[in-house]
Amino acid sequence: MSAATGVRTRAEVHARDRFGVRDLVAEAAAGIGTRPGRLLLTILGTVLGICSLVVTIGMAQTAAGQIARQFDAVAATQVVIQPRTQGWGEGPALATIPWDAEERMLRLNGIEHAGAIADVSIGEVSISAVSVRDPSAVATVQPIVIGATGGLLDAVRGTVTTGRFFDSGHDARADRVVVLGARAAARLGVHRVDRQPSIFIGERPYAVIGIIDGVARRGDLLDAVILPLGTARADFGVDRLAQVHARIAVGAGPLVAEQAPVALDPRTPDGFEVQVPPTSSLVRERVQGDVNAIFLALGAVALLVGGLGIANVTLLSVMERTGEIGLRRALGATRRQIGAQFLLESVVIGLLGGLIGAALGVGAVVAVSVLREWTPIVSTPMVIGSALLGGVIGLLAGVYPALKAATIEPIAALRSTA
Amino acid sequence: MSLLADLGLEQEPAPTHPVLELRGAARTFPGPPEVQALKPTDLRIERGDYVSIVGPSGSGKSTLLHLLGLLDRPTAGEYLVDGIPTVAASEDERAVLRGESIGFVFQAFHLLDRRTVLDNVLLATLYSGVPRHERRERALAALDRVGLSHRVDFHPGVLSGGERQRVAVARAVVADPRVLLADEPTGNLDTVSSAAVLELFDELHGEGLTLVVITHDMSVADRAQRRVRITDGTLVEL
Repeated sequence: MSAATGVRTRAEVHARDRFGVRDLVAEAAAGIGTRPGRLLLTILGTVLGICSLVVTIGMAQTAAGQIARQFDAVAATQVVIQPRTQGWGEGPALATIPWDAEERMLRLNGIEHAGAIADVSIGEVSISAVSVRDPSAVATVQPIVIGATGGLLDAVRGTVTTGRFFDSGHDARADRVVVLGARAAARLGVHRVDRQPSIFIGERPYAVIGIIDGVARRGDLLDAVILPLGTARADFGVDRLAQVHARIAVGAGPLVAEQAPVALDPRTPDGFEVQVPPTSSLVRERVQGDVNAIFLALGAVALLVGGLGIANVTLLSVMERTGEIGLRRALGATRRQIGAQFLLESVVIGLLGGLIGAALGVGAVVAVSVLREWTPIVSTPMVIGSALLGGVIGLLAGVYPALKAATIEPIAALRSTA
Repeated sequence: MSLLADLGLEQEPAPTHPVLELRGAARTFPGPPEVQALKPTDLRIERGDYVSIVGPSGSGKSTLLHLLGLLDRPTAGEYLVDGIPTVAASEDERAVLRGESIGFVFQAFHLLDRRTVLDNVLLATLYSGVPRHERRERALAALDRVGLSHRVDFHPGVLSGGERQRVAVARAVVADPRVLLADEPTGNLDTVSSAAVLELFDELHGEGLTLVVITHDMSVADRAQRRVRITDGTLVEL
């Protein structure tokens, strides 16, 4: 082989006939496969470690996805714009929302629905379902009165319980119609609209065309009597809009925050206060980060224990197989080949544990999600990575036993009459 | 080979070299007290020899076996296998040479109990450079040679002692070694099994294999054509 020492083999052997990777894998597999019972115990630690890792990360991902979805549903897509006021209190507004705010908003990218709201002052008059002044009636809290554009209902995620919401036609004609919030309707004794009930604001009758509910963003609308904006301007002299509500696409918050004030009034864009949701990814990352830190620590401890288990059993196996190692050395195996065999056995054991653990972990995440009616979210790279991590742990755990195996002297090994 | 010889192109230097040769080889174990297990020794084992080495326990038999088997290095002198000096060779080179040149038969058999008989024999082909496509064929031939064709898929645990030792012999010869080195090959066997193994040795010798048998049993030693006695680390031809 080496000219320096003068040792040559009888004939130069072809590389593929030397002890190669194929032989190494076959021998390692045989070494593992001969003791299935022990294999089971050996991989148990890794299985548990990898399983807990996949479960914790998977559950964290699933939970974060769940939280993010709730944010998406309400807050993450809702935008409110109102004029800034001077100073801290009731100073004059620094900007005016134009009457066609709804159309201006809808022109922007990322805005799905938009609607404007105006506060309506009705003075001292009362609101009732009948125009009879009943002196014996108990004084009650009046419903608030609000003027709105036709797009408001969708912008604040309201639903129509019965009847309909008014549209731009009612608005333009200043029709005397109202829509009632669910609680206001109950207080006024209006439960159905098919018989065209009316309510009176002061002496003036207004036809109730619909009752709304489920307003997630502005709960106070449930207590309100809602007029078309045109009607509010004509009958109550409303001179300005209070707020613009918009429902936006997920993630469009920053864009809308930048563009909406300019779209509303290019001369005084700084006069508007825009409340946009934090970007949803930020929310998700923050929640996920907290959860993952704890769970990962637990998984790491489990893996450490699993790795020590493999190291322990592999070392035991080396001691037990001293005779075999001596025999292999006598048959011509080099130290490197012996070490490689035990290292590979350890890697395969770790990998096996990783695969089983990852599979069990995914199963557990799915099972828990089914029970809690969540959407299981488990990223594929994470699962594959976890399985491979088992192999890495096997590799690390196998280093010391492999070195130990490689240094066994054949003489000492063969002397034992095992 | 004979064709090459006829043409005068014989490259093999073998005829001029002994298969194994100790030149002033000694093995000293550092003390205290320092023990000279093998005194400086010259020994030539020629191609086709059947040599037995006898001696009581503690006489240096094992030390000699380890030196001849490339399992240990002499502390002085030189040891040549087929004319190749081995003392200065690296551990890996010695392992390769060991795999290709020497077949071992041990008193305790040293079979892997959890592998089949065939696997046990194949083990010796892994490290000795036997061409991959020939391995199985040669292992089956070796098992046939020792009369165990019907035990190929058995595990060693269910075989008799004599059968186990014959598996070990098959494993020792499968890689076509220069020499078969047997250490007390009949030490764990009854007389009938011993006789069968010794019979097998005679046959292998008859086929041209070089054998070195180390034993304390004179009846085993007497089967060899050449006997060497070792006493207190000194070799004497009988």
